[in-house]
Amino acid sequence: MKKITKKLFQGSLSQLTIPLIAIALLLIFNLIRDPGFFSIGISHNNDGNAVLAGNLISIINGASELAVLAMGMTLVTAACKGQDISVGAAAAIAGSVFVKVLKAGSSISGLTVLLAFLSACVVAMLFGTFNGILVSVFKIQPMIATLILYTCGRSIAYWINGGATPTVSSHIITAIGSFIPGIPIPTPVLIVLFVAILFRLLFHFTSLELFTQSVGINQSAARLNGINPTFIKLLSFIILGVCVAVAGTIGVSRLGLINHETLLLDVEMDTILAVAIGGNSLGGGKFKISGSIIGAYVIQMLTITLYAMKVSSTDVKAYKAIVIVILVVIGSPVVKARLSKLINSIFSKKKETVKGVQG
Amino acid sequence: MRKFKSMLLAGLLVVACVLSACGAKGGAAKGGNIKVGVVNNPPSESGYREANVKDMEAVFSAANGYDLKTAYSIKNDEQLQAAQGFITEGVDYLLISAAETTGWDEVLKKAKEAGIKVFLFDRMIDVDESLYEAAVVSDMAKEGETAVNWLLDQKLDVYNVVHIQGAMGSDAQIGRTGALDEQFASGKMNKVVQQTATWDEAEAKKIVESVINSGADFNVIYAENDGMAKGAVAALDEHGITHGVDGDVIVMGFDCNKWALRELLAGKWNYDGQCSPFQAQIISDIIKGTKSVSSKKIINEEKGFDAKALTQNDIDTYGLGE
Amino acid sequence: MQAEILLQMKGIDKKFPGVLALNGVDFTLRKGEIHALMGENGAGKSTLIKVLTGVYQKDGGEIMLEGKVVSIKSPQDAQNSGISTVYQEITLCPNLTVSENMFIGRETGSFINAKKREKRADEILQSLGIPARGSMQLGDCSLAVQQMVAIARAVDMNCKVLILDEPTSSLDDKEVNMLFNLMRDLKSKGVGIIFVTHFLEQVYEVSDRITVLRNGELVGEYLIEELPRVALVSKMIGKDLDELSALSESEEKENKESEVLYEAKGLSSSETKSFDFSIKKGEVNGFTGLLGSGRSESVRAIFGADKVNSGSIKIKGKDVKINKPIDAMKNGIGYLAEDRKRDGIIAELSVRENIILAMQVMNGMFKPISKSEQEAFADEYIKVLNIKTASKETPVGSLSGGNQQKVILARWLLTHPDYLILDEPTRGIDVGTKLEIQKLVLKLAKEGVSVTFISSEVEEMLRTCSRLIVMRDRNIVGELKGKELSQEQVMKTIAGGEAKNEKDN
Repeated sequence: MKKITKKLFQGSLSQLTIPLIAIALLLIFNLIRDPGFFSIGISHNNDGNAVLAGNLISIINGASELAVLAMGMTLVTAACKGQDISVGAAAAIAGSVFVKVLKAGSSISGLTVLLAFLSACVVAMLFGTFNGILVSVFKIQPMIATLILYTCGRSIAYWINGGATPTVSSHIITAIGSFIPGIPIPTPVLIVLFVAILFRLLFHFTSLELFTQSVGINQSAARLNGINPTFIKLLSFIILGVCVAVAGTIGVSRLGLINHETLLLDVEMDTILAVAIGGNSLGGGKFKISGSIIGAYVIQMLTITLYAMKVSSTDVKAYKAIVIVILVVIGSPVVKARLSKLINSIFSKKKETVKGVQG
Repeated sequence: MRKFKSMLLAGLLVVACVLSACGAKGGAAKGGNIKVGVVNNPPSESGYREANVKDMEAVFSAANGYDLKTAYSIKNDEQLQAAQGFITEGVDYLLISAAETTGWDEVLKKAKEAGIKVFLFDRMIDVDESLYEAAVVSDMAKEGETAVNWLLDQKLDVYNVVHIQGAMGSDAQIGRTGALDEQFASGKMNKVVQQTATWDEAEAKKIVESVINSGADFNVIYAENDGMAKGAVAALDEHGITHGVDGDVIVMGFDCNKWALRELLAGKWNYDGQCSPFQAQIISDIIKGTKSVSSKKIINEEKGFDAKALTQNDIDTYGLGE
Repeated sequence: MQAEILLQMKGIDKKFPGVLALNGVDFTLRKGEIHALMGENGAGKSTLIKVLTGVYQKDGGEIMLEGKVVSIKSPQDAQNSGISTVYQEITLCPNLTVSENMFIGRETGSFINAKKREKRADEILQSLGIPARGSMQLGDCSLAVQQMVAIARAVDMNCKVLILDEPTSSLDDKEVNMLFNLMRDLKSKGVGIIFVTHFLEQVYEVSDRITVLRNGELVGEYLIEELPRVALVSKMIGKDLDELSALSESEEKENKESEVLYEAKGLSSSETKSFDFSIKKGEVNGFTGLLGSGRSESVRAIFGADKVNSGSIKIKGKDVKINKPIDAMKNGIGYLAEDRKRDGIIAELSVRENIILAMQVMNGMFKPISKSEQEAFADEYIKVLNIKTASKETPVGSLSGGNQQKVILARWLLTHPDYLILDEPTRGIDVGTKLEIQKLVLKLAKEGVSVTFISSEVEEMLRTCSRLIVMRDRNIVGELKGKELSQEQVMKTIAGGEAKNEKDN
């Protein structure tokens, strides 16, 4: 146990320390509050399929869009030393395109869904390219550059479909947004897993991770080593575009409805927070995708905990803010350094006393 | 290269501006028709607004003897400018759904001096009554009362209500919450949970999921708009809880989107409260003198639809969107 | 005459995780003396300075200032006790004015007024002969002037102990002389100066006493007269200087006739005028000239580091285009940049990642080097270049300057370049490492690698290069070979005595 705690505070794991502790604290808090909070049961949904149910499933399921976006945002943050605040608006656009293509055909089949998703991907990547060019070629601060799409993105989403809340219904859409018959795990959770594996493979079969970190830490040196920083930054935005399309598709499929005003509303701030809670520096450079995923689950667990506690509507955001402030402060370099110093001194003292006894 | 870059940048900015700007459209003037200027929120604001805008365009059409000019913005100052422009152009009537309730005195006085008659629709403005002919508005509190009265008529043994609110502080939320809060206070209904999903469908689903996970009993979902009701129903479906006419849980929504009414017709939901965006006909009637004004504030009559009584015809007549 | 003791550090210990950085070090500074603190990188000089200035907390020992024990817990404490420091890296704010930089963090009511502040700054700068004005933006001044402003700031704080940590590494001779005059002036006023530098010449020019550290331990304290240069160096590196002298006699630097590897005609970049240049296989040449003469800019143009405007380039007789670094790398050119921190290391990445970076870029994004291969490469070069690091996974930013430089050297050696450009590879690093790098250059040349070697220490270049290109004001003003390669000749060429009068063209 000691070894584990010590390891948590040192070496490679240290970046994940804070988010892991946050999750642990939330788990413990909920277990004390309500021992049954994390019970997972099997229930039958209205389509007659056996599915997993429980708060834990709700948390992991509900955080899916956030987790996917956080993965892409991590890459943009690392390369560009800034964040894309237009992901929510871009997801609304991607979702609208998805619905538009679905509604264009007479019937919805697996093929049309795939086509719709690919169209959403292409559009989201184009908007990612737009943001990416502003950031990498014109060297505009990412937050400022993406402010443009943040402002007008939801209007664009509206224009795509005209009607404010067009709906689509199909068992395929339900399967994407809810459950695939015969599989008790919510499909969005599987999608997150799939995207995470894709990132893992991307980092394994390319040197994107090394190049992105190099550009983020020292752009000038990276350039003199033959890396093209403009390309790396642009690429990070395009990859985020794919994540945006995935998140938008999940969001639309959950309810079979696109509301351009509310789809993934305010998700950009949660996404940035997930990246930060995951121990990634918002100033770019070294990063861990896994941290951001954990960060997304921390945020979702917090929200569900507050719902489960029936915290009054008006107070939810305030409570959330308090907890997040604490997390971010604990994760800040200043507190982290003090904390590890403290831990080190505790351990070294223990060692000394042991030695003393032996001597 | 640098020149190319700056040109590209300029191009991008222009595109961005065009995309984000809410342009004002003006119709070509024709002699003889009644000139009407409408200052409204943009149709992209909501399904409600879209239906509202379409309704205005349909009623104040050239075929009906009108010459319609419109300006859309969610910003009060842009709306004020547009109104000023209509006055200068010399419209006969000025119709306003304001973004904010304040700041309109000057413009309305100018309109009065110019002999332009002003109608307010959908939203009230903080000005003296003498400055406008009439205000045609919805009564959100009444929408809530209609819904709650319908619910009481269902004569359930016990009312365990999951109440999903809209964005806190909005007119619709305050109105639709009020009637239900009274029932909670009087003890006739039990509040299982009352939380805001800020009009967000996905958030509504999460709230209902957490209620289901907590094991609490409930038999009514009162969602303050259709989208949140749909989110709630998605949670019920995933957890195998039946709903609608023959189900365990009563589902109530608001706004009467066509897709929502279709859910009613299929018996999956129980009730949908109307929030009528159709003020144009009333105003047109007043302009043409077929309707007289008894009070400056005209409440636009709104219905509540019961799944059991709903017909396809109702959907075609009252449904919003597609 | 026994001067009064100003500062006494006794038995200072400092531990870092896994390392004993200082082990019972004593150091004594007397009033009105210039005391050089010498040692190789990692000897503990910087650590000792940082303990004295409150950046680090000591783990043992005591510090006495004017006979009283003082506790220095922060740089602020140090400043208040009269200990001021000018660090190797400029620690001022380039986006503020000179006067703001001089008074920031110690502003008293009387200086809130910008005009008054600037006037006061001008007075100080003038009295010290520093060519800057209080109202100038600091970032607009040359590095040298920025350095001097930092010194002026320290001087103005009525310090008793002034620490100069590598103050001269970015100054030219004239500026160094100016600084030395300033130091002597301060000395006569009773200030004790701790002078940390790698330049032996300068130590002997200005210091009274020398304290030598090695591996975190005190070697000894000596009066300058009692310690000849050779003895000093051997005390610093802990071995005799045979190797050094052997090197200077040098093997056949004289170039055998061999093929031209790289040839540029009319090459120019956004930072240079057009110039011609060529280098033969296995040749070591150098660019020399004063700071700002264009020597770095020229090699940057060769590598495509700045925007290339014109020029035709041939490598091994074939026409090639080099517009950006990756072009140069694919043509077998490696470039170790002048500013290690800004253009060299990726500080937060590990030694391993830093070593394989250039090779990975050349392989392309879709052919990542496997982790085990990376580790093998890192291990190999850590061993070959004797890089002192806790492990290959240590962030390179936490290594000492000399070892960082070796990591970057390793990075380029790993790409097996035909032509390696080294811009100031020995700046700010210790004698031992300098020697290693010089030897490495000669070894590479023997193996057939062409090397361009730039150093601000002419002696170093004379020792390694067979041909020196001399630059002045962004023009090549001379090329020295064979017997012409002498310090005197270089100086003359730089000064323009031999060169054509520029007014003629």
